[in-house]
Amino acid sequence: MSYVPDNLSYTASHEWLEKIADGRYRVGITEFAQEQLGDIVFVELPENNEAYAQEDECGVVESVKTASDLYAPLGGTVVEINDALEDNPELINDSPYDNGWIFVIELDDEADLDSLLSAEDYRNSIEDED
Amino acid sequence: MNKTSLYQSHLDAGAKMVDFGGWQMPINYGSQIEEHHAVRRQCGMFDVSHMTVIDVEGDEATDFLYKLLAGDIKKTAINQAMYSTMLNEDGGVIDDLIVYKQSDQHYRIISNAATRDKDLAWINNQASEYQVSIQEQAELGIIAIQGPNSEQLLNGLVDVDLNQLKKFRAVQSGDYFIGRTGYTGEDGFEVVLPAEQAPQMWQRLLDIGVIPCGLGARDTLRLEAGMHLYGQDMDEDISPINCGLAWSVRKQDHDFIGGSVISQQREQGAELKLVGLVLEGRGILRHGQIISDADEEIGLITSGGYSPTTEHAIAFARISKQNQNKKLNVSIRKKTLSCRVVKLPFVRNGQTLLEE
Repeated sequence: MSYVPDNLSYTASHEWLEKIADGRYRVGITEFAQEQLGDIVFVELPENNEAYAQEDECGVVESVKTASDLYAPLGGTVVEINDALEDNPELINDSPYDNGWIFVIELDDEADLDSLLSAEDYRNSIEDED
Repeated sequence: MNKTSLYQSHLDAGAKMVDFGGWQMPINYGSQIEEHHAVRRQCGMFDVSHMTVIDVEGDEATDFLYKLLAGDIKKTAINQAMYSTMLNEDGGVIDDLIVYKQSDQHYRIISNAATRDKDLAWINNQASEYQVSIQEQAELGIIAIQGPNSEQLLNGLVDVDLNQLKKFRAVQSGDYFIGRTGYTGEDGFEVVLPAEQAPQMWQRLLDIGVIPCGLGARDTLRLEAGMHLYGQDMDEDISPINCGLAWSVRKQDHDFIGGSVISQQREQGAELKLVGLVLEGRGILRHGQIISDADEEIGLITSGGYSPTTEHAIAFARISKQNQNKKLNVSIRKKTLSCRVVKLPFVRNGQTLLEE
């Protein structure tokens, strides 16, 4: 069973979110997602200062096996991206919840938070997939 | 779903299993990239027991294979292996395979897993006019041991001196049929053995430090080595002349199945060729991406991926034979990126052949 930290929120498309300030969320992909992808070899990051609607495609994570789209888990503006992933995409494999974070988004509408999954909901959703 | 006799060995080694052509096979045992490097630098092993082993025996075995295969079986010596395509009447590739000559009356074909049913049907059908018996050897397993240390490591486990076995030659040693062949671009061996003995052999190889490698690494290794994958780089709709396999087709006596089409194509000249591409920007080249030259579509990528040895995105592209440009464009999602056109292979004997 993949590690799913209790203190984070999740999406069905395997992003995690960590609240780092009011209205600001750090986003990455889950341990389960990186395990499914295998060795990650390329990350196309979202544009900094770019606005995305919730569930917009905002980047791509590519592994040796396949390309997987990254979706904006909340509508809002990307205010920080993890440049380190450009040269070291494997950080997502090594440290999906920490050094492998992908971007920080500032949300437009608190209501978007309602669609996120709790750790328990997410655990249940990947049990079905595994 | 079919399982090889090494299924439990894979699970014990922590493999991630996937469905591959109707078989449960390991895609990796953790990190595909580490497995790839193990083969380039030391020694790795693959379970390829899912591949189809077909023995062709009889007084007319040579004549039959001369008709069945586009390669020249008559130039193959006893204990030598030949890579060949098997074509339909239109010159399209039914499959690619290795055939080992054991004697004038006995040959062993190893062909792909996903094409098993159609291969057997085709071969049996064509064989009806010849004095030959066609026997699938489903009770055999195959372990490929690949990498620069293969000879040294495998030598301790077999009763023959592998130093005496030349490339593309094979030897029978007790229950083991050992070919100095592979699909990685490295030195290595493929050991065909009774399936029930495969787990013990696998364990002995593990015990001396051979790294288990999955189908994922097998694919990136063969891509770097410039080796074709059936179903991606060729299929029944293309002839070997147009997909970079002309070298494997005999130069005269086109009296094999599909030969009249090949002979015509040779006279007229090929329309298409297979080239190597190296992506210059950031991204990954993948099967199916469109290749263009000055905004005009000229072909597509048949195989692509990340190359762990060169640390570049590399690919095979099928493009118009006339195109001599050194740079081409690839469409990746919404972007157009530049690629360098290079000669295949990308890597040989552990070393990148790309010029920086």
